[in-house]
Amino acid sequence: MNIGRINAMISRHLYLYRRSFPRLLEIFYWPLLDLVVWGFITMYLAQEGKGLHGAVTFFLGALIFWDILFRAQQGITISFLEEIWSRNLMNLFASPLTAGEFLVATMAMSVFKVAAVSVIMAFSALFFYSYNVFIMGLTLIPFAFNLIAAGWIIGILTMSVIMRFGQQAEVLAWGLVFLFQPISCVFYPVSVLPTWLQPIALANPAAHVFEGMRDVLLNQSIPWEHLAWATGLNAFYLLLMIGVYQYTFSVCKDRGMLVRVGE
Amino acid sequence: MSSPIVEVRNLSKRFGDFTAVDQISFEIQPGETVGLLGPNGAGKTTTFQMLLGVVTPTEGSIQMFGLDLMTHRETILRQVNFSSTYISMPFALTVEENLKVTGKLYGLSDINRRIDDVVKKLEMEDIRKKLTRKLSSGQMSRLTLAKAVMTEPKILFLDEPTASLDPDIAHKIKGFLKEYRDTSGLSMLYTSHNMREMEEMSDRIIFLQRGKIVAQGTASEVVAQYDEDDLEQVFLKIARDE
Repeated sequence: MNIGRINAMISRHLYLYRRSFPRLLEIFYWPLLDLVVWGFITMYLAQEGKGLHGAVTFFLGALIFWDILFRAQQGITISFLEEIWSRNLMNLFASPLTAGEFLVATMAMSVFKVAAVSVIMAFSALFFYSYNVFIMGLTLIPFAFNLIAAGWIIGILTMSVIMRFGQQAEVLAWGLVFLFQPISCVFYPVSVLPTWLQPIALANPAAHVFEGMRDVLLNQSIPWEHLAWATGLNAFYLLLMIGVYQYTFSVCKDRGMLVRVGE
Repeated sequence: MSSPIVEVRNLSKRFGDFTAVDQISFEIQPGETVGLLGPNGAGKTTTFQMLLGVVTPTEGSIQMFGLDLMTHRETILRQVNFSSTYISMPFALTVEENLKVTGKLYGLSDINRRIDDVVKKLEMEDIRKKLTRKLSSGQMSRLTLAKAVMTEPKILFLDEPTASLDPDIAHKIKGFLKEYRDTSGLSMLYTSHNMREMEEMSDRIIFLQRGKIVAQGTASEVVAQYDEDDLEQVFLKIARDE
């Protein structure tokens, strides 16, 4: 693993974002729009059902947390798509850059995106709706890391599918993550799901993060069990997805698809 | 005789039932320019891609600088580069930014000096700050060539570097490549469909047809072997299976 080459890939993307207004908009526009809509929904629910106030406030927290996962996933898949769109994969993989270094660079980009989006959303929620995401205290940190890891897992899966099936699978960069949203139980508890779906949701690390977040907000207790499950599941899936990515990369090289993926 | 820079032994590539490259073997010596010729679909691009490590061979071995490409990929690729009319570079970056990223990818320590140098040699001063998406095809060819030579490779793979360029720019690029080769001792593997260019640039020619090497030698040896007047006639004879 060569830090210089990872740094090269990060600079390549930073050059791009520094200059591209639409790409900056993508980072800030949708999260802020989501925040405005959910902020008003939260205010409305708080006004209508006085007893619900404690419960509805976590909508905003859940939204900010969901965006962490979503942006972490996008950071990986959009970085890969940028190389396809600019027909740059041949330049990259005929250089000393390895598949692993490429992946680490996309992960780093996803952390930058998450950091930018989270700061904007957290401060906007505080400013516009007096919602303080930091009331969760230090438990916020392991939750956020677990959501980034969950986003990476979906991002690596999406990237591998696009690499294998080409640009026709590009739509998955925006769509696949939403397949996981119902079983991530972002805005409702796992217990709301049909019984048969609950074990599936509990096999999803993001569901443990959102369950844990509700524990913190409603019961002021630290959900060690959910944190442990989220961390363990994330570690398992992340290793599995890195294996899938490396295998897909090698299959694509064998079939000559790596340099044709954008054609 | 010194050790070859590139040593290809019994190299094959099959995609399902289709054999793109079939048991080819050749060497490239230090400072030598080898022209890879053949009609479309002869296996030139697949051979290039295998030499650059982006396509895995089905059989055979590729050694560069005495090392196996499969097991010493990073060490080898630091000393190799390529340029092609058919590739591009990130459109939203300027010429200079693209060259900086290339410099970092290849672990160069004096990136700015090398950019200054290559920009001057390829007469790119006026487009240095220009966005890549705004480059003409001739400027784009110079950029891909600049990214290839700025890493000071020991061998350069050139896939039709002058295709679709006007004669003036094509002439300048060939002139640059010849001068660069003569001063640096660079080896080159070169493809082109322009037979005069192949004769002009190559010390030796390898003819591919349906993935196999059907002729090799200096241009005059190959012409004599086929009892023709020039390389173009040989090309037509091979391409038409006469």
